Amino acid sequence: MKIYGVAFLAACYLMGQVIGKYIGIGLGIGGNVGGVGIAMILLVMINDRFYKKTSLHVETQAGVLFWSSMYIPVIVAMSSILNVKVALSNGWVAIFSGILATSCCYLLIPLISKWSQLNLKKSTE
Amino acid sequence: MIGLDVLDEVFIKNGLILAFLIVGVILFLADWMSKKIFNKRIPGVAIAILAALVMAYFGGDEGISNHPFFSGMALLGGVMFRDFTIVATAMGANLFELRKTGLPGIISLLLGITVTFFVGGSIGYAMGYTDAVSFTTIGAGACTYIVGPITGAAIGASSDLIVISIAAGVVKTIFVTIITPLVAKKIGLDNPSTAMIFGGMIGTTSGVAAGLAATDPKLVPYGALTATFYTGIGVLLCPSVFYLFMVYLL
Repeated sequence: MKIYGVAFLAACYLMGQVIGKYIGIGLGIGGNVGGVGIAMILLVMINDRFYKKTSLHVETQAGVLFWSSMYIPVIVAMSSILNVKVALSNGWVAIFSGILATSCCYLLIPLISKWSQLNLKKSTE
Repeated sequence: MIGLDVLDEVFIKNGLILAFLIVGVILFLADWMSKKIFNKRIPGVAIAILAALVMAYFGGDEGISNHPFFSGMALLGGVMFRDFTIVATAMGANLFELRKTGLPGIISLLLGITVTFFVGGSIGYAMGYTDAVSFTTIGAGACTYIVGPITGAAIGASSDLIVISIAAGVVKTIFVTIITPLVAKKIGLDNPSTAMIFGGMIGTTSGVAAGLAATDPKLVPYGALTATFYTGIGVLLCPSVFYLFMVYLL
């Protein structure tokens, strides 16, 4: 049944939120630290376990895959509720610092990517 | 007039369902434009996101959802659905790929936050915001629009500084959304490993998610995984280590 997949996804999501919240409290920030990332790791690991024994039932998987495919529509809706006006009307400081700082990071991505591949080669040799 | 009243009531009461319809129509039109007008050179998703950003401009502080007719967009595009669907994308992720990029992922997170903070803060400094509190608040805002206000509040920044930091974060999200599909090839963003590094370096979950969706939806889970740690670590570092460093320096 598809609802098994949705429930499985909900369980991973909620566990991630709870763990992320505790990490946040532990670090003294209060917010949620990495809750989504932890939920994703849980989902991948549990799915991997099941896959090795008996793969998750097709219908169960369909329950997760539906929400996975809803991700793009959600992102479109999310873009429509951003505070674009404030972003554009708050002067050049916000625009310059937002764009230039991010551009520097883009420039560094190929470097780290290369380093990571070299590192991987070394460790497999 | 009775007809209009009835329609108004139905649409506003069923905001979320109406949002499904609106987003469906936007994506349909965007796909059609991508095929017929741009010969698939610009992905439909990118056109749809751009259209949504334009719509947001005509709204208020919560974009188009300030208009009651579009109120359902705030629920569909809110944090709950965003995070739930991002977790669901992990179904397509490969455990081996995730393990492979563990350490580079962590390094890219730390480097991404540090570089963004100091470059963002320096630009504020160059434009006349020269004290430690301003530097830290603007630098934190350049990280994400959540890190900025939390940091600003923690170190006692004024409210207009906090608005600038939120604005810097939103500018970043919009910039990442638009620019990522355009530069993806140049920065080698076509594999899971680079996507994880990208997520760590850039960090704004909304921007990373939207940018990757318009580039290659298969890469979304990898980028999103590292990006979700960015805001947390940013909130940890900016008002503490980075702020003290700036107080010492300035």
